[in-house]
Amino acid sequence: MSNIKYILGSFGDPDEMLTGIKKLQENNISIYDVYTPMPIHGIEAKLGVKRSRLDIAAFFFGITGTITMLTGVYLATVVDWPVNIGGKTHFALPDFIPITFELTILFCAFGLVGSYYASTHLFPGRAPRVMDLRATDDRFVIAIDAKQNTEHEKIDELLKGAGALEVKHNERKYISYE
Amino acid sequence: MGTHHYNLSEQFEFTGKVKILSIVGIVIGILTIAYGLFFNSDHITHERTFANLLLMGYYFACVCMSATFFLAIQFVAQAGWSASILRVPQAMAKNLPWAALILIAITGFGLYTHNLYHHWNAEGLTDPNSPHYDSLIAGKAVFLNVPFFMIRQVVFMGSYAIFAHFVTKWSYNEDLTGGLTSYNKSFKYSCIFLVIYGFTTPIFAFDNIMSLEAHWFSTMFGWYNFASMWVSTLAIIAIVIILLRKAGYMSWVNNSHLHNLGQFIFGFSIFWTYVWFAQFLLIYYANMSEETVYFYKRFNSYEFWFYLNLVLNFLSPLLLLMDRDNKRSENILLVVSIIVVCGHWVDYYQMIMPGVFEFGAKSGSGFGILEIGITLGFVGLFTYTVLSALSKKPLVAKNHPLLQESLNHHL
Repeated sequence: MSNIKYILGSFGDPDEMLTGIKKLQENNISIYDVYTPMPIHGIEAKLGVKRSRLDIAAFFFGITGTITMLTGVYLATVVDWPVNIGGKTHFALPDFIPITFELTILFCAFGLVGSYYASTHLFPGRAPRVMDLRATDDRFVIAIDAKQNTEHEKIDELLKGAGALEVKHNERKYISYE
Repeated sequence: MGTHHYNLSEQFEFTGKVKILSIVGIVIGILTIAYGLFFNSDHITHERTFANLLLMGYYFACVCMSATFFLAIQFVAQAGWSASILRVPQAMAKNLPWAALILIAITGFGLYTHNLYHHWNAEGLTDPNSPHYDSLIAGKAVFLNVPFFMIRQVVFMGSYAIFAHFVTKWSYNEDLTGGLTSYNKSFKYSCIFLVIYGFTTPIFAFDNIMSLEAHWFSTMFGWYNFASMWVSTLAIIAIVIILLRKAGYMSWVNNSHLHNLGQFIFGFSIFWTYVWFAQFLLIYYANMSEETVYFYKRFNSYEFWFYLNLVLNFLSPLLLLMDRDNKRSENILLVVSIIVVCGHWVDYYQMIMPGVFEFGAKSGSGFGILEIGITLGFVGLFTYTVLSALSKKPLVAKNHPLLQESLNHHL
């Protein structure tokens, strides 16, 4: 058993990479992930990537902001320091709609930035997780889990046949570990 | 993305049940108007008939105007996604001349018979020697007088109707000749139209609706009405497309097109709420009696309609269309669109009714035969005219330069 963990097919052209994906899928070889320097339309559907749950997270971050602000306003204007402003009720909801809206947006934005950093491991001071550096520059890379797909030579052939400029057998998952 | 083969010369056939139902609707409408105007001698019923006619006439004209606005925006933005659904707003834009004539007739007869706009159009309001002299109205008489009012109505809606006529004509020419000539012409005149439309719709709304309560004014009112007419038009476009699809037409419309329409309806419902609230908050906060009188009336005898308005036009689209899958679902989008269309009827209702009737115990507005009958009449008229305009030409502009992008639209 070899120590190879991942096989990377590196393409110079997005169309050739798409041919590569098609050939691998025809041969029932599961693809771990694909890295490209630019977005490619419709590739999520082709790879069967699950829909992001970021919108659900955004909703809950937002609703947290709404509740925080309304609670804060209630505590300040009714419980702690009731002041008569223009004869209105102490908890005059329309007055506080704009600020509630602002805090909803603020919590939502901060929450999403935090979620993004957490899910991509982009903490300050940590090296990013990159499988192939040139995928951030000019190469389109298909990554295949070598432990799950054991026919390494066949994979090499398929990738080369589709037009891969280079096929790497990596013994480490990420080239940039801390 | 495979190559699809659609029948691009497909044509809608306007026959059968829909045609009969729309004619039944028109007949009900005419009977209701006759009942309200000729078989009743009391003034309140006449006023109520005219108020309802103004409501539906305004709604009908606004939908046709905003459909024209939709076309202009698509051309100016050079939008590709909508190229295959443009025939639906075009069919609505084609009815703009008729809708404009109906609205001009309603406001004209309303002024003539003193059933509408009596806050500024009554004997002696501007005469300093008269016991009815009203200095506020006299100050506004330079703008709010019958001849200038009618001139504005004709000029505004006339200019929209001329553009609507040509933009649909160029699109039909494009079907025959192809090429980019029609598209470029549409682009150029759409730019001009948008400028005219943007500056005149607020005044159009001031004239038709805000001047019902001529002592009160709000600078947000024009945009508030613009938001209303625009979002209700988007919902009607969505309804027509979904119903056509359910009847087996327009197979090229996929759920990415619906997603775009859903986003539009969702976004502009929020925009409507924003404008509505911007108007409300300032009046509520400043609490000056000459401004609060508008909401005082609505809070005290139209409370139900006031809150129903917010539930239908803000809460329903917000909660039902927030999810991506809901925007892409034919049935949910259809239900929300119907809610929004009814919601803007309620919106116009609570804009118009408190202004037409005397405030207080003898207020003549309500919800009964007149409201239902006249609404059915205009729904029938709208269905009949739009669907017969739609049935005259193919359902897709087959030589539109961005058609392929629309047929392969994918989000």
